Amino acid sequence: MSTTATGTKWWSGGRSPFNVEYGKLMMWYFLMSDAFTFGAFLISYGTIRFSANSWPDPNVVFQSFPFLGSGLPLLFVSLMTFILIISSVTMVMAVHAGHRGDKKAVVWNLVWTILGGLAFLGCQAWEWTHLYHEGAWWGSNPFANADGSTGHQDFTNFFFTITGFHGFHVFSGVVINVIMLIMTLNNVFEKKGHYLMIEKAGLYWHFVDLVWVFVFTMFYLV
Amino acid sequence: MEQTAHADTKAGRREIWRVTIILSVLTIIELAIGFGMYLWVHEDGFLRAFLKGVIIILMLAKAFYITAYFMHLGHELRNMIMTVVVPLSLFIWFIIAFLYDGASYKHLRNTYDKGFKERTTEKTHQGSDHGKKDLKDVQPQPKTEAPPGPAH
Repeated sequence: MSTTATGTKWWSGGRSPFNVEYGKLMMWYFLMSDAFTFGAFLISYGTIRFSANSWPDPNVVFQSFPFLGSGLPLLFVSLMTFILIISSVTMVMAVHAGHRGDKKAVVWNLVWTILGGLAFLGCQAWEWTHLYHEGAWWGSNPFANADGSTGHQDFTNFFFTITGFHGFHVFSGVVINVIMLIMTLNNVFEKKGHYLMIEKAGLYWHFVDLVWVFVFTMFYLV
Repeated sequence: MEQTAHADTKAGRREIWRVTIILSVLTIIELAIGFGMYLWVHEDGFLRAFLKGVIIILMLAKAFYITAYFMHLGHELRNMIMTVVVPLSLFIWFIIAFLYDGASYKHLRNTYDKGFKERTTEKTHQGSDHGKKDLKDVQPQPKTEAPPGPAH
């Protein structure tokens, strides 16, 4: 906004009234619709939880860490959360490097972002495997409710559906970032003269982090 | 096409670090509250509900920082921000209506559905004591041996 004097006639034609390129605007609208999808999932989870007399305690269910055993609530999910925050930071740095036209910095920050995404997916794979071996899966909940009654069936259904849907987004984000990396290495953006594509990939990646903020809170903390 | 001018690199870098630190600190506070609840606040009551409320407010603060700074939405034109944010305000109705409906369904079933409350609150496992025990206790009891086959 700093370049445009106040009083610019945004709507009199000849320019983008939102001062963003088409692709970026459409990415925003896509993300908004995706937010509604995730919102619907999380709200249905909340509705079922509000309709239940008791619900499993996340600190009992999620309390294991690879090689450290069990009895460690919140530890593993903290690791996953920080991995995703850090990979979001490296993505911002890639976008900023793109604005400077600094190809080398774009490449390195994208590499770090991709590694962060893969690390997150690895953590999720471990957690799912661990829970599966404890007898948890769609349609099967071995975990008792907090009050000692038989565990609510939908606890695992919601957990695997929602973290699975989020994990699928992380996976697509990694694929998109890999494509961005290949395009950067092939000088596609250099020839175009701008790195705006990285910005759109970045929006998607931050959205994945944003959704995790909600999923993490709703499943592991509250 | 015009593009929003981006702040010079130094200021941009400072902003990234500031937001990173804010997000990390908020996450650590959330985790500390969650861990505190695990250790000390076991009873469903005012304190537990209050702490959960605090966690949700911190979550919304994190969401704000990610969208406003990492996704740069705060630096876009106001009209552009509004086309994204205003539709999301539907969530306010969405959340209130559905959670209220869930709570009402529970109430109705507890009141009118014979045996529902007994069935869903009957202790089939020893009191979970909020995690202060081995996981094996919350796992289902192994099936008792199959009924003996018909005698010959």
